[in-house]
Amino acid sequence: MLRVFFAFAFMLITIAGLALQPAFAETPIEVLAALKAEASGMPGFQEFSAERGEKFFKTKHNHNLSCSTCHTDNPAAQGKHSETDKIIKPLAPAANEERFTDMKKVAKWFKRNCNDVLDRECTAQEKGDVLAYLLTVKK
Amino acid sequence: MSFNANKFTRMFFVAVLVTGTAMSVARVSDARAEGQKSAVSDPKWKSECGACHFAYPPRFLPAESWRAIMTGLDKHFGSNAGLDAESANEITAFLEKNASTKKHDTTMKPLLRITETSWFKSEHREVAASTWKLPKVKSPANCVACHTKAESGDFDEDNVRIPK
Ligand code: HEC
Ligand code: HEC
Ligand code: HEC
Repeated sequence: MLRVFFAFAFMLITIAGLALQPAFAETPIEVLAALKAEASGMPGFQEFSAERGEKFFKTKHNHNLSCSTCHTDNPAAQGKHSETDKIIKPLAPAANEERFTDMKKVAKWFKRNCNDVLDRECTAQEKGDVLAYLLTVKK
Repeated sequence: MSFNANKFTRMFFVAVLVTGTAMSVARVSDARAEGQKSAVSDPKWKSECGACHFAYPPRFLPAESWRAIMTGLDKHFGSNAGLDAESANEITAFLEKNASTKKHDTTMKPLLRITETSWFKSEHREVAASTWKLPKVKSPANCVACHTKAESGDFDEDNVRIPK
């Protein structure tokens, strides 16, 4: 009888412990690796470059928009949506541990934001360069 | 002796379990009271429709307006807000269920903006044109600039503060 109680108590503790774990599906390094697997199959692939990523991020493309219009020139800082003024949490993983931890979310926002800024989707090369850059940004 | 120790441990565990259950029950009924006070919500709606702006409460537009918004997310007020079909269906169902049921003109194309509805204009008829253009307001769609408790669904006039 007592053993049943112990087993039950341990089970509860274990479940509580599991529920409190942050539910991050991926790490930014895994997301980068997936982008690399995709990009390296394309013609003209170059090793990801933080420098190229930074330039891409800060350059105004179409509609006078750049990535930094909303995410600011310092991706470790809070951003602001250019249309609605809504605060956007920092994009750099060093400043926001939730970033680049969910492949589906990353894909969704690259698709939306690249369409807004470039009127097309970004290539895997461009996305990899941007993430390589964001990973070099310190808090 | 060993029998007594066992009995004590057993009673101790029963006590812990009973307390735990009682606390869980208390928490659930707290949450229910909170839900009644605040507005309807849905986690998917809140995170998806609250990413670029305040998540506009469903009660401010009729179902056909929400349906029209949800089928045009790729070109959403100049932004791409495209969603996977599964999330879009879930959010549409939530919006329809809690949409406005006020009488409105159904002969015209559904309005896509809350800020273009006649009730919005009439509730805000005393707001000066210059107020809408204040740097901290920028647009009538920026509800949270003036309705300080809007995030919890509270649009009561007592909680309106026009920013300086
Ligand atoms: C008009 C404003 C705007 C512009 C311009 C913009 N973004 Fe974003 N971005 C957002 C918003 C809003 C979010 C989601 C809000 C949040 O998660 O805090 C977001 C989220 C993201 C995410 C999701 C990351 C994660 O894991 O949470 C990525 C990646 C991203 N943006 C990349 C870019 C890139 C690359 C560009 C330039 C091509 C760009 N953004 C331009 C507004 C913008
Ligand atoms: C990628 C960014 C983005 C996402 C995601 C997004 N919106 Fe919007 N939405 C906008 C922008 C930009 C506007 C125009 C704001 C303005 O005019 O001030 C807007 C405006 C609106 C308006 C009109 C406000 C008014 O009355 O003038 C409604 C209603 C709306 N959105 C509903 C939604 C719903 C529902 C969702 C979730 C399915 C959603 N939005 C997700 C960017 C977004
Ligand atoms: C510039 C500031 C401002 C903005 C932005 C704004 N409102 Fe208001 N709102 C007011 C004022 C002022 C009143 C009138 C309060 C009164 O009657 O004294 C009001 C009244 C209301 C009321 C009626 C409240 C009551 O108690 O009768 C509702 C509902 C409402 N607003 C919803 C919205 C929504 C939804 C948005 C965004 C789409 C919005 N408002 C944007 C200032 C604003």
